[in-house]
Amino acid sequence: MEMLAIDLSLGLEKLLLIGGIISFSLLVAMYTTYGERKIAAWMQDRRGPNRAGPFGLLQPAADGLKLFFKEEIIPLTSNRMLFVLGPALAMITAMLTSAVIPWGPTIEVFGRQVSLQIADVNIGILYIFGVVSMGVYGIMIGGWASNNKFSLMAAVRGASQIISYELAMGLSLIALLMLTGTLSLKSIVAQQMTGGWNIIYQPLGFLIFLICVFAECNRTPFDLPEAENELNFGYHQEYSSMKLGLYLFAEYVNMFISSAVVATLFFGGYDIPFVDEASLAANIGVNATAALGFAALFSKILFFLFLFIWVRWTIPRFRYDQLMDLGWKKLIPLALANMLITAVVVLWLNK
Amino acid sequence: MATLTNRAKVLEQKPMSFMERLYLPAILKGMGITLKHMFQKKATIHYPEEKRPFSPVFRGLHVLNRDEEGRENCTACGLCAVACPAEAITMEAAERLPNEEHLYREEKYAAKYEINMLRCIFCGLCEEACPKDAIYLSETFAPSNFTRKGFIYSKDELLIPNPVTNKESFEAAKGQREQQLKNK
Repeated sequence: MEMLAIDLSLGLEKLLLIGGIISFSLLVAMYTTYGERKIAAWMQDRRGPNRAGPFGLLQPAADGLKLFFKEEIIPLTSNRMLFVLGPALAMITAMLTSAVIPWGPTIEVFGRQVSLQIADVNIGILYIFGVVSMGVYGIMIGGWASNNKFSLMAAVRGASQIISYELAMGLSLIALLMLTGTLSLKSIVAQQMTGGWNIIYQPLGFLIFLICVFAECNRTPFDLPEAENELNFGYHQEYSSMKLGLYLFAEYVNMFISSAVVATLFFGGYDIPFVDEASLAANIGVNATAALGFAALFSKILFFLFLFIWVRWTIPRFRYDQLMDLGWKKLIPLALANMLITAVVVLWLNK
Repeated sequence: MATLTNRAKVLEQKPMSFMERLYLPAILKGMGITLKHMFQKKATIHYPEEKRPFSPVFRGLHVLNRDEEGRENCTACGLCAVACPAEAITMEAAERLPNEEHLYREEKYAAKYEINMLRCIFCGLCEEACPKDAIYLSETFAPSNFTRKGFIYSKDELLIPNPVTNKESFEAAKGQREQQLKNK
C-alpha cells in the first residue's frame, strides 16, 4: 500500500511536470514566431506586427486562429494516413526531446524532493540523438504522402541533409563526452557547475555542434527542404490549415528545444554564472535558487533563440552542393580532428 | 580599348584566402550589420495615428469655391475646361434668375459641372486658368470607389460647404494650404 502511495504521487508529479513543460514550450514557440517577425522587421528597418494588442502581442494568437479556421484540404491523390501522420510526427518528435533536459535543480514541494527533469535517463544524449533524427520522418512522410514532385524533392533533400549533419554532430559530441565521461544531462550540468562551462574546453566542438543544430532545425542557411523560391515551400506545399500550422510550429518548438540542449551541454544549463549555488541555496532557500537557476537557463535559451533568428535574417541559403560540401568535406574532418585532439589531451592529463 | 570613364574596375579572380574560405568572419561581419540595423531609426510611419504633412504645393481633390456670403464663384466661362490637358472637365452654363442672387455671384453660373477623376492628372492648370478663384485643388486625396461612374464628381460633390450656414466644414474643406502659401 505504501509503495502504491509513493508511486501515485510520483506519477502525479511527473504528469504535472510533463504538462507544464509541454505547455511552456508551446507558449515559448508561439512567442518565438512573434519575436522572429519583430526582429526580422527591425533588422530590415521595419516595425513588425504592431496592430493586434499592445505592441502586437496578440499576433501569435491571431495567426493560430487564422490557421485553425482555414479550410483543410487533403489532396485526392495523396496517401491519406501518411498525410495526417506527417505533421503529427513532426510535432511529437519536436516535443519528445524535452523529456531529458534538466530544467532546473531539485526543488522541495511539501517535503518531497522533486526533480525538474522528466526522466533522468543515463543515456540522455543518445536519447536526444535518436529522437532528433526521427524528426526528419515528419518531413519525409509528409513530402512523400503529398504526391507532389516539389514536396518529394524537399523530403529527399531534408533526409540527406540531416544524415550528413548528424555525423558531424555526433562526432563533436563524442569529444564532449570524453571530457564529461557521462551521457546523463543532469550530471553534465552538475560537472559544469563546479568545473566551468564546457564551451571553455570545447570551443570548436561547440561551433560544429551549433552549425549542425541549425541544419537539424532546418533553419536558414540550411532551410533547403522548404526553399520557397526553388521548391515552392517544399514538403509542406500541399498542406493547409492547422496541419501546415503544426509543421511551422514544430520548427519553432525544435528551435526552443535545441537551444535548451545547446545551453545544457555547453553553457552550464541551469548554472547561474559566477554564483555558488550551494551557498545561495543555504541563504535564500532551495526553491528560490531553483527559480533563479531556471531563469538563468531560460535566458541562455532566449539568447540562442535570438541567435537562430539573427542568423536567419543575415545569411542567404546555401546551394545544395555547398551544403553537402560543408557537411562532408569540412565539418566531419574538423569534428574528427577535434575528437582526436581531445582524446590525446584527455589521455595526456590522466597519465 | 579605351574606357569611357576612369571608373572601370578590372575583375579580380584570385583564389580566396584562408580567412575568406573560413566564411565565419564574413558571417560575423554580416551579423554585425543586421544587429546595427536593429537599432536604427525606422522608415515606417504609423499611418492612421501619424500622418505625413502635405507639402504646401500639394494638389489634391478639386473644390468649387464660394465667396464670404456663400455664393458660388464659378461663372461657367469654360477656361478651366480649355486649360485641362486631360479633358477631364465638362460644364453647362445657365443664366441666373432674378431671385437667385444669394446663390450665384454673377449673372451666369454652372448648372452642371463635372470632373472625371480618372482622367484628371491633378496638374492644377484649371486652378491657374480660373479668373474667378472658383476652382482650386485641396489637401485631400480622391478616395477609392467601386465603379467608374463613382469617379465622375458632380457639382454637389465638388462644391465647398456654405461658409454662412456651415462655417466649420467650410474651413476644413478650405484647409491650411492658402494660409501656408501666404506665410511663405
